[in-house]
Amino acid sequence: MHIIESGNVAAASGVKLAKVQVVAAYPITPQTPLTEKLSEFVDGGEMDAQYIPVESEHSAMAVCIAASSTGSRTFTATSANGLLYMNEQLHWAAGARLPIVMCVVNRGIGAPWTVWNDHQDAISQRDTGWIQIYCCDHQQIIDTVLHAFYLAETVNVPVMVCYDGYILSHTYMPFDIPEQKDVDRFLPPFTPAYALCPEKPANLNTVTLPDIRPDIRGDMAPGYMEIRHNLHMDMRAAIDVVADIDQKFKDIFGRGGHPFIEPYRCEDADFVAICLGSLSYHLRDVVDILREEGIPVGVMGLRLYRPFPNQAVRDALSGRKGVVVFEKALSYGNQGALYADIKSALYTADNRPTIHNYILGLGGREIKTHHLEKALRASCTKPDTIGDTPEWIGLKM
Amino acid sequence: MNQKMIEIRWHGRGGQGAITAAKIVANAAFASGYSGVVMAPTFGTERRGAPVLTSLKISKNKIYDLSPITEPDMVVVLDHLIVEEVNVTAGMKPGGLIVINSPKRPENFKFKGIRVATADVTTIAVSAGLPPGVVNTGIIGAFAMASRLIDMDMLIPVIEAEFKGKKPRRNAKAAQITFDNTILGGQS
Repeated sequence: MHIIESGNVAAASGVKLAKVQVVAAYPITPQTPLTEKLSEFVDGGEMDAQYIPVESEHSAMAVCIAASSTGSRTFTATSANGLLYMNEQLHWAAGARLPIVMCVVNRGIGAPWTVWNDHQDAISQRDTGWIQIYCCDHQQIIDTVLHAFYLAETVNVPVMVCYDGYILSHTYMPFDIPEQKDVDRFLPPFTPAYALCPEKPANLNTVTLPDIRPDIRGDMAPGYMEIRHNLHMDMRAAIDVVADIDQKFKDIFGRGGHPFIEPYRCEDADFVAICLGSLSYHLRDVVDILREEGIPVGVMGLRLYRPFPNQAVRDALSGRKGVVVFEKALSYGNQGALYADIKSALYTADNRPTIHNYILGLGGREIKTHHLEKALRASCTKPDTIGDTPEWIGLKM
Repeated sequence: MNQKMIEIRWHGRGGQGAITAAKIVANAAFASGYSGVVMAPTFGTERRGAPVLTSLKISKNKIYDLSPITEPDMVVVLDHLIVEEVNVTAGMKPGGLIVINSPKRPENFKFKGIRVATADVTTIAVSAGLPPGVVNTGIIGAFAMASRLIDMDMLIPVIEAEFKGKKPRRNAKAAQITFDNTILGGQS
């Protein structure tokens, strides 16, 4: 059934359909309507879950860690400084291999204080060991929430479902709400690899020595470094799982087919723009304008950011004349994080394109079609005039 | 590029229900075959009583550009006093339409190259049995009459669904009476 609602309601509807058992969250703009909707669902008996209000995001994630450790399907959501306040617990959730799903409603970080959209919040948490998936519209938000639980529970790694604050969270557009019976067919119930229970008390994630050592049964147990290696290898293996889950979803719902990169007019494109989130859809209009001028350009939306799909990126971009990375985040003092990742993926390509980096839309600075058009046209027609230093779009001073 | 997109900007006051009105029109448009519908409130300064605006884009195709409207085809104003506070016709396309809740007739508003429609929604809503100040359903009737974009047959059920448990019939009636009493002026 199609409804017209906000991106936050799309996310909440996905969480409800996933039959989440525990929600712990602290409200923060622009995530707030999502958690309000979930509390309404729980209060109204539409969702058979525990909604645990907490006094901070750090506590929200601590509660999720506890709930997930007991084998409950667990969800939270946050934005910006709330996500940063969770930082220590984010590492813990990933290290403890707990399949928590969290929506990150992307917002710029203070100081100075801002409530508007960019991607610095999620990008700054890139190395916490969480999977990160970015959404371009409301359909992708609700569908990705369902994917995320399946993925997290298959690979035992927590997943962030990222979507643009305000631009998606507070904008209304039509999307399809899947039938519960189809969701149940897609998403199996959560059967934890290990669950805490009072009958079988245990210590989890206590001090782990640098070296391997026999455990209490006399079996050799991994040391800290093996545990880290396992997390990394399972993250790499998750790339194939993402593709499998996308296929299974497509078989049931007919949507999907682009688990890593969603291309638009790229088949014969010499130049490709690439970015995260709803901006890639906005760039579709820009591509259409430049195509009318005869410029062979397309756009790709990168859906999976961590683990980074190096092979897919290489396959999609090597042999092109130019790649143009648009980013709403920055690794201060260097360049955009996505830009660095894409350059790294292309290092081993036989045919390396020229590559440009544009920083834009920070703290909600409006992204105008004609700004995108001008930047992308310059990258396609005068590529040699643009260097390796990020170019800024929309600066007014 | 989505050439055939219709862009409608809604001006109201915080708490007046402009977003709900735009949402109702969005739903009715979608039900009428416009598969691309995007309604984006502009955020930042919303306080009860302060001027707020929301963007509604309607198209037969999916809409990819979610940025706020800068060149509207139509503007809807829920309170005529806003016209004195905000440049409501900013960026309007030539030959555009502005629909204003006002007791005044269209010729009292001078907007160059823009058609004006007015309806006294505030009075009509009270006559339909709504509490004073509820204007967001009436204005939909004025918008429907002046724009000819969406039929009342499509709008009425959406209004009733949106106001389920909150005087759905009276809200629908306010829209219908306003539709019948909207004055559409010529281009000035």
